[in-house]
Amino acid sequence: MDGDLSPQDKKDLDKFIKFFALKTVQVIVQARLGEKICTRSSSSPTGSDWFNLAIKDIPEVTHEAKKALAGQLPGIGRSMCVEISLKTSEGDSMELETWCLEMNEKCDKDIKVSYTVYNRLSVLLKSLLAITRVTPAYKLSRKQGHDYVILYRIYFGEVQLGGLGEGFQTVRVGVVGTPVGTVTLSCAYRTNLAFMSSRQFERSAPIMGIIVDHFVDAPCGNQRPITMGQLCNYRPPDEDDGGAFAGVQDSQEVCTTSFSTSPPSQCVCTLSPSPSKLSKPLPLDSLQLPLAPGLVTHNLYASRLSYQPAPPGGAAEFNTNQVKEGGNVLVPAQPQPPHGADVHLTIENAPNTPSSSGDEDGLLQSGEGRRDDGRRSVSPSDPVESLNAFTRKVGAFVNKPNTQITAASLDLPFAAFAPRGLDSEENDPMVRPPDSPPSQSPLQASLHSQGSDGSGPQDDFVMVDFRPAFSKDDLLPMDLGTFYREFQNPPQLASLSLHTSSQSMADDLDSLPEKLRVYEKNIDEFDAFVDMLQ
Amino acid sequence: MNCRSEVLEVTVEARQVEEATLALLHTILLHRSTGKFHYKKEGTYSIGTVGTQDIDCDFIDFTFVRVSSEELDRVIRKAVSEFKDALSSDGMGQISLEFYQKKKSRWPFSDECIPWEVWSIKVSVVNLANEQERQICREKVGEKLGEKVINVVEVINRHEYLPKMPTQSEVDNVFDTSLKDVQPYLHKITYQITDSLGTSVSTTMRRLIKDTLAL
Repeated sequence: MDGDLSPQDKKDLDKFIKFFALKTVQVIVQARLGEKICTRSSSSPTGSDWFNLAIKDIPEVTHEAKKALAGQLPGIGRSMCVEISLKTSEGDSMELETWCLEMNEKCDKDIKVSYTVYNRLSVLLKSLLAITRVTPAYKLSRKQGHDYVILYRIYFGEVQLGGLGEGFQTVRVGVVGTPVGTVTLSCAYRTNLAFMSSRQFERSAPIMGIIVDHFVDAPCGNQRPITMGQLCNYRPPDEDDGGAFAGVQDSQEVCTTSFSTSPPSQCVCTLSPSPSKLSKPLPLDSLQLPLAPGLVTHNLYASRLSYQPAPPGGAAEFNTNQVKEGGNVLVPAQPQPPHGADVHLTIENAPNTPSSSGDEDGLLQSGEGRRDDGRRSVSPSDPVESLNAFTRKVGAFVNKPNTQITAASLDLPFAAFAPRGLDSEENDPMVRPPDSPPSQSPLQASLHSQGSDGSGPQDDFVMVDFRPAFSKDDLLPMDLGTFYREFQNPPQLASLSLHTSSQSMADDLDSLPEKLRVYEKNIDEFDAFVDMLQ
Repeated sequence: MNCRSEVLEVTVEARQVEEATLALLHTILLHRSTGKFHYKKEGTYSIGTVGTQDIDCDFIDFTFVRVSSEELDRVIRKAVSEFKDALSSDGMGQISLEFYQKKKSRWPFSDECIPWEVWSIKVSVVNLANEQERQICREKVGEKLGEKVINVVEVINRHEYLPKMPTQSEVDNVFDTSLKDVQPYLHKITYQITDSLGTSVSTTMRRLIKDTLAL
């Protein structure tokens, strides 16, 4: 059967089919993430966009697909299937659809591999994009979240449609004839959602405290939650990691196709491999927190189909309980990790996710964690420890230097108004006395505002010796840490406190008729404004 | 060579006309657009990348995929908008997307446009009485559009006639190269409104003449 096909053509065809299979899986899984997908057109070929379509590659999905294929290609009797199922928070699961990439014996010998087959596969992928938004599972996947999640499973071999219930429908996405067989892509989807309708939306409130480890040991063998979600905005590709959507994992398998038009009956296609970076495999099976945002193991975020980078507070602090607080967080893009793995996912704020308040909590938490860490490194809670590292400053009017220093205040005139040089590393002339000992460290001096009354000059006193010129009494005895903690929780604004608000409410009510009169007078203006907006 | 003709019929509310038509036109154009061609020496060319975008409809329970090209979207929206304005609240109309090839003729004859595929979307507009009916209509029209998308995909995947890939000098006879980021096949959009008596108005003729002159 392959006798008529040149070795180069055969090689190309195998490559096309392999990457077609991988891209098919990507399209299907991405369509079930629950987010709108958006990729950018580019007039100049990047060399890594197979079939001339901008389809991002989620590394985990590619990994799963390759694992399922195990080096084989879809062939006769060997189909590649992607099964999409739904799992409720109570643990019930139901298969929704099965996408099958099959090959049958019908060959088209005359077709040009590197041209017609390639273009037809591209059209087939576009059809797949369109059809994945049409089947019933799409709407379900867009609404996933608290009540249920969508899972996917890739398998190779015989197609299994038994789990789809009675009366399932089949839609054929398309076929492409090749010299070795006809590639067929179809979807069988469940129509009987009776199980769903009785249980769905029984709860009105979101389910709190979803146990994340519910999904850690995938109960159905190979099922994987679709956890890598990304919201894709229409942005220039150079904001991504180096601009290349690493569409290809293998080093030699980059597609730069060029087509020839010279004699219309002959189409010559040259495929030239171009260098591409090898990506490191992700540690998928471990529950370790990855070192960088952008790389996440699926197990940790199984509560919904969304991508959550870890809070950057450090690996040690992370535990699975934190996940539920994060919700379906899509955090602003973090700086790329230094190590070589391709970080393909760019994460951004999701304006249309339902629990955006949960996002902020998660963000705040992670932000705070980060700040805490940062602060701790700068101003250790024990001032004594830090001060041993440098020579103490001696104030202008202090009698004797002390060996130990406790929290002392910053003796400044107008201390209440002085900027607390938290992160300023500049020399504050007010802080540093003019005749301080030579080995003082201005950095640490400005960072530590030590408070105490510096009056006792005895050696065994744990007192401050820090008396800058023009000093006056301490106003605020605190160190950097205390300062920060205090000012993080400012007192509530007066206008928001209850007793004043009730008063103002009465005032508001009184002024209402007056306001209404004014508005009615200007009704034309408002109408014009509204028209302008439309 | 015969021109392939496909008809898609939808029945929608007035406010759904625009989205339903856009959904179908964009689905067709998604399949009939490629990346920009870059011709190199020796007659070879490489093709740019086409991005895609999911668009949720506001008045229909439906999401469709379109090519990521603001320019193309603008052109299509403009045509659909004119069509929608021309349609009355209770009428019928038909908007057609025609793919054609240009054939150079000798002077003094102008270039011929030979269509090779025409998609006609017949739109019937209904009025609904209450909110409940409108809600049902949202879902029903969404399902209908899904069926139409499947129809479109079915036709396209028959892989019937497509113009041959052109040489550099001929590319403008086959493709619309005026857009910056994608390259759809040459196409034009026309519409005609059927008034309530079922007779068609001369809108089509006028538009066709305009388009021919514009060429």
